[in-house]
Amino acid sequence: MSNFMPGQPLVAVVQRIEIKKLRQGENLILGFSIGGGIDQDPGQNPFSDDKADKGIYVTRITPGGPADAANLRMGDKIMQVNGYDMTMMTHDQARKRLTQKKEDVVRLLVTRKSLEEAVKTSMGGCYPRQ
Amino acid sequence: MDTESTYSGYSYYSGRSRGSHRHGERSRDRDRHKSRNKDSRSEKSVTINTPPAEPLLGDSSVRGEQVQDDNWGETTTAVTGTSEHSLSQEDIVRITKDLEDSVGLDCRRYFTLTLAVILGLLVFLTPLAFLVLPYILWPEKLQTCGTACEGLFISVAFKLLILLLAVWALFFRSPRAGLPRVFVFRALLAVLVLLFVMSYWLFYGVRILDTQDENYQGIVQYAVSLVDALLFIHYLAIVLLELRQLQPCFSVSVMRSTDGEKRHYNLGQLSIQRAALAILEHYYCDFPVHNPALLSASKSRAAKHLAGLKVYNVDGPGNNAAAGMAHSQSRAMIAAAARRRDTSHNELYYEEAEHERRVRKRKARLVVAVEEAFTHIKRMQEEDQKKTPGDVMDPREAAQAIFPSMARALQKYLRTTKQQHCHSMESIQQHLAFCITNNMTPKAFLESYLSAGPTLQYSRNHWLARQWTLISEASVTSGLSDGSIFQLKCVDFSLVVTTKKIPYIQMSEEYIDPKSHKFVLRLQSETSV
Repeated sequence: MSNFMPGQPLVAVVQRIEIKKLRQGENLILGFSIGGGIDQDPGQNPFSDDKADKGIYVTRITPGGPADAANLRMGDKIMQVNGYDMTMMTHDQARKRLTQKKEDVVRLLVTRKSLEEAVKTSMGGCYPRQ
Repeated sequence: MDTESTYSGYSYYSGRSRGSHRHGERSRDRDRHKSRNKDSRSEKSVTINTPPAEPLLGDSSVRGEQVQDDNWGETTTAVTGTSEHSLSQEDIVRITKDLEDSVGLDCRRYFTLTLAVILGLLVFLTPLAFLVLPYILWPEKLQTCGTACEGLFISVAFKLLILLLAVWALFFRSPRAGLPRVFVFRALLAVLVLLFVMSYWLFYGVRILDTQDENYQGIVQYAVSLVDALLFIHYLAIVLLELRQLQPCFSVSVMRSTDGEKRHYNLGQLSIQRAALAILEHYYCDFPVHNPALLSASKSRAAKHLAGLKVYNVDGPGNNAAAGMAHSQSRAMIAAAARRRDTSHNELYYEEAEHERRVRKRKARLVVAVEEAFTHIKRMQEEDQKKTPGDVMDPREAAQAIFPSMARALQKYLRTTKQQHCHSMESIQQHLAFCITNNMTPKAFLESYLSAGPTLQYSRNHWLARQWTLISEASVTSGLSDGSIFQLKCVDFSLVVTTKKIPYIQMSEEYIDPKSHKFVLRLQSETSV
């Protein structure tokens, strides 16, 4: 979650997470809640470092749900869903992307702070900062 | 018999007195004088009106005498005068000062007054002289005065009348005060007017009198131009003397040196002496009256601090290191004072709490007594006049009738708050009659005794300071500037004045379009997927 410059390409360390949707009655649920979006107020996001970041963040994980099983954590920022970019999406568009009825599986690219630090420590300080 | 009477009163007070002997004697005499003022023919004692401030050294010097109280007969002198009115040294000094200063001031005042009158007459008569002299000196050569010329006569007459009224309004007012130095602007204006009139006379003398000009209309126009210019000079005088100091430029803070009473005033651009005058006029209206009796407590505490330590010079009178000795002495005293266990703060706290309680108790008694006294009097209605014609009193008699029932409580309260010398019995009765006449409630009557009012409201002998001295490092005719400090000293205290300039304010504008007030909702939704 490094500072992003609007208009510049964003570089981040991401983790691939694959979640299988669970069928509950008529609905296919993933077991987490999202917040954020370009039409929302970024200042109220408790998980972002940069309070101007209007990305989609995971705000809650249902314990024992599919997302929990797939190791999604609260506070993760969703960068891509099934190949579609989520960094410049409205809240409703993001919701629609995640709840497509035709898809059983969603492949997310998420980023979190601990990822960057892990890479840094594993590479022993030669991490190229942008 | 005289010595007997003084003896009996004195032994009652000797055990209790903590201040100087003289103070005890004086208060006793004053009490006696107040209580038996009818039959005091045999009372041969000194009555002094105002207690002067206690001298600091006087306290410590009579402390030694207190130990030998039993031998007072040998060591003290009983002062017996043959009259009941005698003056203290202070009164004499004050009277002589007033005399010599009033004579000096009057001389200067009359001198400036005569100068001003002469200048005024010169100015007023000059245009008339310009108009009249041609008719006197060369009447046959003059052209007759046509209509336009005669119209100018009316204009001259009215402008002169306006000038006369304006000068009277601006300059001929009774002076409020005598200032130490000349009023610079007035002097400059007088010089300007003099030069102006002189130059007009010069021109008139050379070009008109010598050549005996026949063009009378030109002469009249010349006189009209003089009067116009004089009116403009008067306008200049108004701006310089009155208008310039109206806009506030400085904030002055005035602090009384004895008890720290502080007030702030806004003044315009004034010279230091005029600013001092304005401040003194505000002082008489705003500051509570100066009460020296309230300062005796802190002085006695200071005396106790000083008297606690004695420093002895063991090495004998060594002159070579005299200055260093004094230094080390004072440092030793300060160090010893710091190390000593000082419980005077404790005493002060309990003393003040006790005093507060006492004042409140006396005040409660006083309020009750006054309210009860006021119920004895009722304003007489018209119809009562026919029913009970007896025992009708005017306000003064009514006040005298109800005064005794509250006198004791009032006197005790005034003594506790140390205000007893500010109010004489006569003034209290006068105030009571005044309140009764104007249908005031007891609370309204009491207000002037519960809090100290401004100095002007008290009797004349409390305007003790009619003679003020201005002490300033800058010249007193120079203007006020930021950070200038000066003092106004009178006999009992001094007022220290500091000035601060009101800052220059740079204001900019910002235009807000009324249609630009728009708002959006702050969304923070959370959806579960």
